[in-house]
Amino acid sequence: MTAKFDIRDLSVSFHGKPVIRHISLQVAANGILGIIGPASSGKTTFLRVLNRMNELEQGSSVTGQVLMDGNDIYRSEVDAVALRKSVGMVFALPVPLPMSIHDNVVYGPTLAGISDRGRLTELTEKSLKAAFLWEEVKDRLNTSGLRLSGGQQQRLCLARVLAMEPGVILLDEPCSGLDPISTAKIEDALTELKRQYTIVLVTNNTKQAARISDETAFFLMGELIEMGPTNQMFTAPRQKRTNDYITGRFG
Amino acid sequence: MDQRHFDLQLSHLKERLLLMAARAEALINTAIEAVRTKDAAMAEHIFALDREIDRMEIDIENEAIALMALHQPMGGDLRFLVGAIKINNDLERIGDHGVNIAQSALKLAGEPDITPLVDIPQMSELALAMLRDSLESFIAGDYEKAREVCRRDDQVDSLKRHVLVKLSMIMGEKPETIGRGIELILVSRNLERIADLATNISEETIYIVQAKVIKHRFEDSQ
Repeated sequence: MTAKFDIRDLSVSFHGKPVIRHISLQVAANGILGIIGPASSGKTTFLRVLNRMNELEQGSSVTGQVLMDGNDIYRSEVDAVALRKSVGMVFALPVPLPMSIHDNVVYGPTLAGISDRGRLTELTEKSLKAAFLWEEVKDRLNTSGLRLSGGQQQRLCLARVLAMEPGVILLDEPCSGLDPISTAKIEDALTELKRQYTIVLVTNNTKQAARISDETAFFLMGELIEMGPTNQMFTAPRQKRTNDYITGRFG
Repeated sequence: MDQRHFDLQLSHLKERLLLMAARAEALINTAIEAVRTKDAAMAEHIFALDREIDRMEIDIENEAIALMALHQPMGGDLRFLVGAIKINNDLERIGDHGVNIAQSALKLAGEPDITPLVDIPQMSELALAMLRDSLESFIAGDYEKAREVCRRDDQVDSLKRHVLVKLSMIMGEKPETIGRGIELILVSRNLERIADLATNISEETIYIVQAKVIKHRFEDSQ
């Protein structure tokens, strides 16, 4: 296994209140790591640490190391904006920009200085195809992104992240408001995308983690309770607390 | 914490398996009694008992499949349901072995004994005790008891070999006993299979409780 991220003794607090406590784990490259756990277990914070989005909130403090491809992303000389380009994020609620489907997808690359029309057209098609949305929108790329269905909007947001050609995709509850068909399309897209990207998926839907992640980590109260191959985690977890959570007996 | 609806359904499934096991045990007892007393009417009754066990197997299987589809269980719940489906199948096959024994009983009815029946009733007692204990270990989640049941299988195997040697000698000396001798060997063979199935139930219990696969001596190779 090649580790994309190597997290060593990570602790995070907000205004002195610990949210993540001494977590060490590795995220394999070209795989999907599913992170499960009840509310307030530190899942989303962990995700935001991976592209330093946690720094956007005041009072955040991080100790330990987060190595990406062997380099500590928290060193002072690392440019957080550049980091976020290579570590993209999809949020729970799809937020298309109030512009056309095409412009939504190329928004990031355009801001980053790409102006060549041919290149932008190519990026649009490639990203929409990778997000499993191309066939549904290829004839109406100038329609507003806001006119798409919820599931399509979420795939548009995924395409927007892919257009930046990142190495890592972080997803925070990407299917929380979606119907089973839209969820299946996102899951199909992620299963294909992992060939090229490293994916970290936070989900409250344990069955989603079971369906698509290669490894699963169970977080509880800011601690990593157990992490292992998804197959083992959902059939024979080693920790009783993991079993209680995945069988719905927790709490 | 309140018991969840799903837990109640799992308990219900457990009770049904236990009831099915009690029926299977009664069936085997009756079949051996029919062999011992050469009672043809008793042997005929076995077929009706087996049909009831077959019906129970289908009901339990449907119930377990529905629980899997509707609740998509994971972890310990998943192992329990997979184990329950296998145990259900094991119990149904125990019933089938009882039917085989009853068929031998019908052939032996009205014929004189070729030797006093000692080993076969003993095998039956051992196999049925294994069945009872395997079910108890399943219900209580007692993996140590389950392992102990697995170890007892050797006693039944050795009795079966003893029966084979003894009857072979008699049949060699008195060819007119061959037909009856073969039936008794078949009865011992069916009892030995019942003990194997009780061993399976114990192995499934160990899988459910400890998530360990011990069948086919798999554990030794790990």
